[in-house]
Amino acid sequence: MIPFLYGAGLFLLINMVLVFIRAVQGPTVIDRLLSINVIGTKCINLIVIAGLIFSRLDMFVDIAIGYGLLNYIAAVCTAKFYQHNKTLSPDSGASS
Amino acid sequence: MQFITSFILLVPFWFLMSGKFDMFHVVLGIISITIVSLWFGNMLIQSPKKSFPARLGEIFNFIPYLFWLLIEIVKSNIHVIKISLSPNIESCINPQFVTFKTSLKKDFSKFILANSITLTPGTVTVRISDSEFLIHALTDEVASGLPGDMESKVAKVFNERISK
Amino acid sequence: MTLIAIILIILGLFFFFGTSIGILRLPDFYSRAHAAGKADTLSTILIILGCALYYLDYSHYDLASFNVAFKLFVIIAFVFIGSPTATHAIMDAASSAGVEHWSKDKDKS
Repeated sequence: MIPFLYGAGLFLLINMVLVFIRAVQGPTVIDRLLSINVIGTKCINLIVIAGLIFSRLDMFVDIAIGYGLLNYIAAVCTAKFYQHNKTLSPDSGASS
Repeated sequence: MQFITSFILLVPFWFLMSGKFDMFHVVLGIISITIVSLWFGNMLIQSPKKSFPARLGEIFNFIPYLFWLLIEIVKSNIHVIKISLSPNIESCINPQFVTFKTSLKKDFSKFILANSITLTPGTVTVRISDSEFLIHALTDEVASGLPGDMESKVAKVFNERISK
Repeated sequence: MTLIAIILIILGLFFFFGTSIGILRLPDFYSRAHAAGKADTLSTILIILGCALYYLDYSHYDLASFNVAFKLFVIIAFVFIGSPTATHAIMDAASSAGVEHWSKDKDKS
């Protein structure tokens, strides 16, 4: 089971790199925001799998709960912040 | 009333989360549950006039709805993955905005309806203003099939009547 | 029980792969949000459910492991409610900030 968990964690990391490519090259700020939210959700899974690998899931699950709450609040707050920003189109160059 | 209900709801939650039953943790739990239910009891229990059996009926109605929603989520995932793994991606989608009016009254049932629309195949809720939903649909066929029978299902769960 | 857990985790990883490819390949922001809001929820539910089953079997169903499994179910419930809401908040911000959406013929948009 442990080699399978290592493989699952590695596969998750590869997926996170794929999403991170979109976060780097995304044309608007809001694309990056969405990618970071997806990476955060993947991170919860990665923390739980890491807890199974080290066989200390009772400790890692608290970190996972905290990370999930933080990820959700970060997504909602940044969305609120960019809500009235009228310069989000890729032509205006405000995304860099 | 709100204080007592949220206190009773939060006590088993504390013991399930902490898992310790010694003196220190029990006293700490009672103190923090009291503070939380004094401050936020009116946020947890929205309409205090509703009777207890009506609330219980809502919960029992909600469970089959949840199972129906799970099946819809699996369908929508297969739909999205089929689109994103297809070789010529721009030919099989036609994104468009759709609006429709709902006749649901309560905020909570609107929230449940919006989340359900987001989780069902090919549609995402963009904005709710009063009773108008702005929805982004991925293909033509799901755009023509909105809102479907989901609204009547939500209305049945929360005992609201909708005008068709 | 371990076999069921492995099947659940593999299914979850497959849906995650679909999310990543969808986010990379879809043409505009709104359709990327489709991939992010849906496949994320189901794959998180599947992977954490598989981990909970494996952990319960691994620690021989004692009381402390049920505590951990309950916390994992709290994570599942939170993701089930929170992930569509976060996607909805981001899409609302994009729509009111005026991000253009991709359409088949560019003139109409």
